[in-house]
Amino acid sequence: MIFLDFEAPVASLYERLQKVKEISQTEKVDLQSAIADLEKKIEAAKHKVYKNLSPWQRVQLSRHPERPYTLFYLKNMCENFTELYGDRLFGDDKAIVGGFGNLDGQTVMFIGHQKGKDTKSRQYRNFGMANPEGYRKALRLMKMAEKFDKPIVCFMDTPGAYPGIEAEERGQAEAIARNMYEMAQLKVPIICIVIGEGASGGAIGIGLGDRIAMLENTWYSVISPESCSSILWRSWDHKEKAADQLKLTATDMKELGLIDEIIPEPLGGAHNDPIITVKTVKSYIKQQLAYLMPIEPKVLVKKRIRKFGAMGKVEIVN
Amino acid sequence: MSWFKRVKEGITTKTAEKKEAPDGVWYKCTDCKKTMAMRQHRENLYVCEHCDYHARIGSKEYFSIIFDHEQYETLFSEIQPYDVLGFSDKKSYKVRLKQTKRKSGLDDAIQVAVGKLEGYSLVIAAMDFTFIGGSMGSVVGERIAKAIDYSIENNMPFLIISKSGGARMMESALSLMQMAKTSARLTLLAEAKLPYFSLMTDPTTGGVSASFAMLGDLNLAEPKALIGFAGPRVIKETIKRDLPEGFQTSEFLLEHGFLDLIIHRKDLKSKLAELYAYFRN
Ligand SMILES: [Zn+2]
Repeated sequence: MIFLDFEAPVASLYERLQKVKEISQTEKVDLQSAIADLEKKIEAAKHKVYKNLSPWQRVQLSRHPERPYTLFYLKNMCENFTELYGDRLFGDDKAIVGGFGNLDGQTVMFIGHQKGKDTKSRQYRNFGMANPEGYRKALRLMKMAEKFDKPIVCFMDTPGAYPGIEAEERGQAEAIARNMYEMAQLKVPIICIVIGEGASGGAIGIGLGDRIAMLENTWYSVISPESCSSILWRSWDHKEKAADQLKLTATDMKELGLIDEIIPEPLGGAHNDPIITVKTVKSYIKQQLAYLMPIEPKVLVKKRIRKFGAMGKVEIVN
Repeated sequence: MSWFKRVKEGITTKTAEKKEAPDGVWYKCTDCKKTMAMRQHRENLYVCEHCDYHARIGSKEYFSIIFDHEQYETLFSEIQPYDVLGFSDKKSYKVRLKQTKRKSGLDDAIQVAVGKLEGYSLVIAAMDFTFIGGSMGSVVGERIAKAIDYSIENNMPFLIISKSGGARMMESALSLMQMAKTSARLTLLAEAKLPYFSLMTDPTTGGVSASFAMLGDLNLAEPKALIGFAGPRVIKETIKRDLPEGFQTSEFLLEHGFLDLIIHRKDLKSKLAELYAYFRN
């Protein structure tokens, strides 16, 4: 287990528990009651730590190195999943994955940002920062899904679209804009779920759909707290304050009318029980698909455009 | 006119004199630093007569350049910004809005107007960089959405003149969603078979370039404008090397296939009229 700074009370108890378990094994003594006692204490400490998480703490949890990523969901959610590669234009982006999955008999086109678990795979996945070909691969797959009347599910988890020379040469801005434009009019249901970081254009490039949900410990914003802090205060030191100001948590986003649903995570975050997390997400997807699939495509598209049309807060002064 | 005020500040005469001078007198080019008579510069549509630099101008100036007889009707001015998140950095967004309104004489970073272009009706939404860097918040998104609806109801083509650093941080995800909102709404304009012209001017970056600005039936730009997704500073910090000459300019984008045309400001009106006619005839 990897613990974050604010999880120190849980971490120390967990360490003690590991030690007691070790002793009970090596010394062959029965320490059941001590173990049970510690487990109870851990549970209590967890409740205390996770009861009132600050926005910044949720940002930290959203980036937890053991957090489940897109491919983990797909492998554990679908009976079969086949990844499909390439945008047919330039190449295959490793920061966005996609493919067909069998979700209890229903074929679904899954798209998602993909991060890595260790130094090597993180680099391979470019830290979940997509280039234009990632967005174009996503669009190619979504168009195919539309052609064959298959619903689309997008998992968002990115610190941002990649800011590089080649990304600009190949039209990062156009790729993101085109995806939103096309997603607005796809004639099949689209469900978008923020499973980690929902950073700005990089996230919304696969984020326009009929249902928008966020896992409990994720964030969705126009800018990361660090970048916001560095722009406003010329340093990263105010990232916690920036996280407060940006109203980036799932609860804030629901209150602002920008998402439909908050998907609960196990106590301590998705990584504490990834399988339960996958199950919860799967049941949300199935429930929403059951509702969305019978809707006539024309109506679906109209509602989708209207849904996003209602987003924003203005004052009408006559 | 906010823009004249800004220009005047760049002149080396004393403040008191500047205020009294009826016509600004001198303009110093921000690019080549050469000076020219303000009146001449204005007649030149704010393009430097020495180096052809297209100075940043506002919505009012564009409306005057494009609409016949400089006549147009402003739309959707009832849509006003407010600080819904209670955002505060060095100053609160509420105060910032109030101060920016007073200083710029504008009520947000976009103005919508309807008028005629060589006799034919056209809706234009033009952005103002002087209003919080032309940033896109809820008002920009809502005015564009309403302008699209208006274009459809009245069967008119639509032109957006972009000039923006991107989304407005003080409105956080509300501003982010304007990217999706405007992009989605543009599909209705396409369905109505009405042409959408996107003119990108210096600068067009971030959430604006990555939404409506790049979605034109015709993607147009003024010469040498900065256009891109990420800002040059961010890219430089990420890749830790210098950026190539001419990177993210209009000319660079045209070479990479993202623009239909670069239009000099002196040809803007006539070229737009010509393009409009192709769709009409
Ligand atoms: Zn010059």
